[in-house]
Amino acid sequence: MTALSKTVDMSTTLGSVPIPSPVLTASGCSAFGRELEPFTDLAAIGAVVTKSVQLRPRSGRPTPRMAETPSGMLNSIGLQGPGIDGLLDAELPWLAERGARAFVSIAGVRVEDFAELATRLRGVPGVAGLEVNISCPNVESRGEVFACDPAAASDVVAAVRAAADPAQPIYAKLSPDVTDIVSVARAVVDAGADGLSMINTLLGLVIDPDTMKPVLGGITGGLSGPAIRPVALRCVWQVHQALPQVPILGMGGIRTGLDALQFVLAGASAVSVGTAVFNDPSALGRIHAELAAALGTRGFASLREAVGYAHR
Amino acid sequence: MTAPHLRTTYLTTPAPVADSSPVQRTVEVVGARPVDAYVELRLAAPEIAERAQPGQFVAFAVGGETSGLLLRRSIAISTVGDGVVSVVVSAAGPGSTWLTQRRPGDTVDVVGPLGRPFPAPPAGARALLVGGGYGAAALVGLAAQLKAGGHEVAAVAGAAAADRLCSVQELTELADILAVTTDDGSSGRRGLVTLAVDELLPDCGVVYACGPMRMLQAVADAATALGVPSYVAVEESMACGIGVCMTCVLPVVGSDGATRLSRSCTEGPVFGGDRVRFDDVGTLTWDVVGADAMGVTRP
Repeated sequence: MTALSKTVDMSTTLGSVPIPSPVLTASGCSAFGRELEPFTDLAAIGAVVTKSVQLRPRSGRPTPRMAETPSGMLNSIGLQGPGIDGLLDAELPWLAERGARAFVSIAGVRVEDFAELATRLRGVPGVAGLEVNISCPNVESRGEVFACDPAAASDVVAAVRAAADPAQPIYAKLSPDVTDIVSVARAVVDAGADGLSMINTLLGLVIDPDTMKPVLGGITGGLSGPAIRPVALRCVWQVHQALPQVPILGMGGIRTGLDALQFVLAGASAVSVGTAVFNDPSALGRIHAELAAALGTRGFASLREAVGYAHR
Repeated sequence: MTAPHLRTTYLTTPAPVADSSPVQRTVEVVGARPVDAYVELRLAAPEIAERAQPGQFVAFAVGGETSGLLLRRSIAISTVGDGVVSVVVSAAGPGSTWLTQRRPGDTVDVVGPLGRPFPAPPAGARALLVGGGYGAAALVGLAAQLKAGGHEVAAVAGAAAADRLCSVQELTELADILAVTTDDGSSGRRGLVTLAVDELLPDCGVVYACGPMRMLQAVADAATALGVPSYVAVEESMACGIGVCMTCVLPVVGSDGATRLSRSCTEGPVFGGDRVRFDDVGTLTWDVVGADAMGVTRP
């Protein structure tokens, strides 16, 4: 047998929840999973991380909502979505029927919004856990983003942990747009986060040289894609070094199995694939296979053995 | 209560979803032919060809496997036959320019067929097909299908100038009547497509159009004013083409009468012409579902 055909144990966990693959979708990059069904076995991937859901349906922002940038893109969608009722009525049952695990991203503009969403998701079949999107403006703090303030971020996470189903792990999704991501990570873990999703997009801007105005209707947007990968990897490295026991769902520009491997070696026990899905709707299955092969050729018998290996 | 400019009855029903799911394949280019300002690419893509219906599109990855251009380029299917899918590409930016530089023997990664096809015409209706620029290419397969179904077909192809016209020869062969208009008079009649549309509309029972947004609006408005149902295939920029990126939205009135920011890829690209709120594209009005959560409320 060649090294390539060696079977690598790819199972991992989200908090305490076992999943068969470390490769997940990324919130906001695969809607609620349905559209990927022709291209990806949704039950075989780690989980479908849903687009962030809020209490009410949201139209999102007017167009233009995106701008292509070198090895990436800027987006300003504005969290368009059906609201929690639409998610519970239509999207989560659809995923559950197919045996797909949902990791539900929740978002709000006040602490109570997050807690109410967590309450509504208690015991819902197929919900493997919650990702808390704290990269939202806090209306009670003049619109400052929760993720940029360790105290506000902790308030949200503590409220969600108190309200959520104890069987559902909660991951806080961190923004890289902070001075010290380790201090935010420490704060949300102290507040009860079972894991950390990192990173969210970086805030960016593109100006059209012809109109001489910002391209996006929302003026600024979130930068994603391979352009941000080194930043994301640095964040994962720093946080894993400071908090080695805390599970990390790593993301930011992952396009290949070798990209995913870097995140695992830096300390991620699972990864999300986001913008790459726009380029390759079959990316999740491909990256799982490429990562398994890359681990095998490097002599790892399991994914777990490789988590944080670069620090050792 | 609806906004004052909204209709209360509609001549169209939302286009139904396609019969088949899309596939992603690496396919060979078997033909690359410059046609005036455009390039017609022919792809050996039997699994896409057998699934495709007129009005649908394909989405290309551009620049090769290590490309820094990550977003897919969505282009309407012109014709399918014998396992070959043809598209007409207009070189606008680096991605579409890369596509126009493909040569026979090259391979491309393509996803399709995507989007909702043109709905069938009313029984026995004469159809008017209106194409603006390379948008006319998207009507060639439809013209052939309509003729095969026993429908009379009138067609209008318009563009800024003669070299921006598209698929005129194919439409000449298929349609019972073809009118050509150019803004500068370099081919056909000088003026906008509406010159010819206004003359042909009264004899038609359905309109299908593809082209720039302003043209679609003019054609849809003319049809609606005469009580003729119209279906328009829009060309919004898309990052993925499959419905996950949420970038290609525009305000469209659904079957329940409510306006939603609808994805051009999976809820379109074909929409009822009287259901697209053309004047509100690129804005957010209070009566769009979920606008209140964005802070846009009724004045």
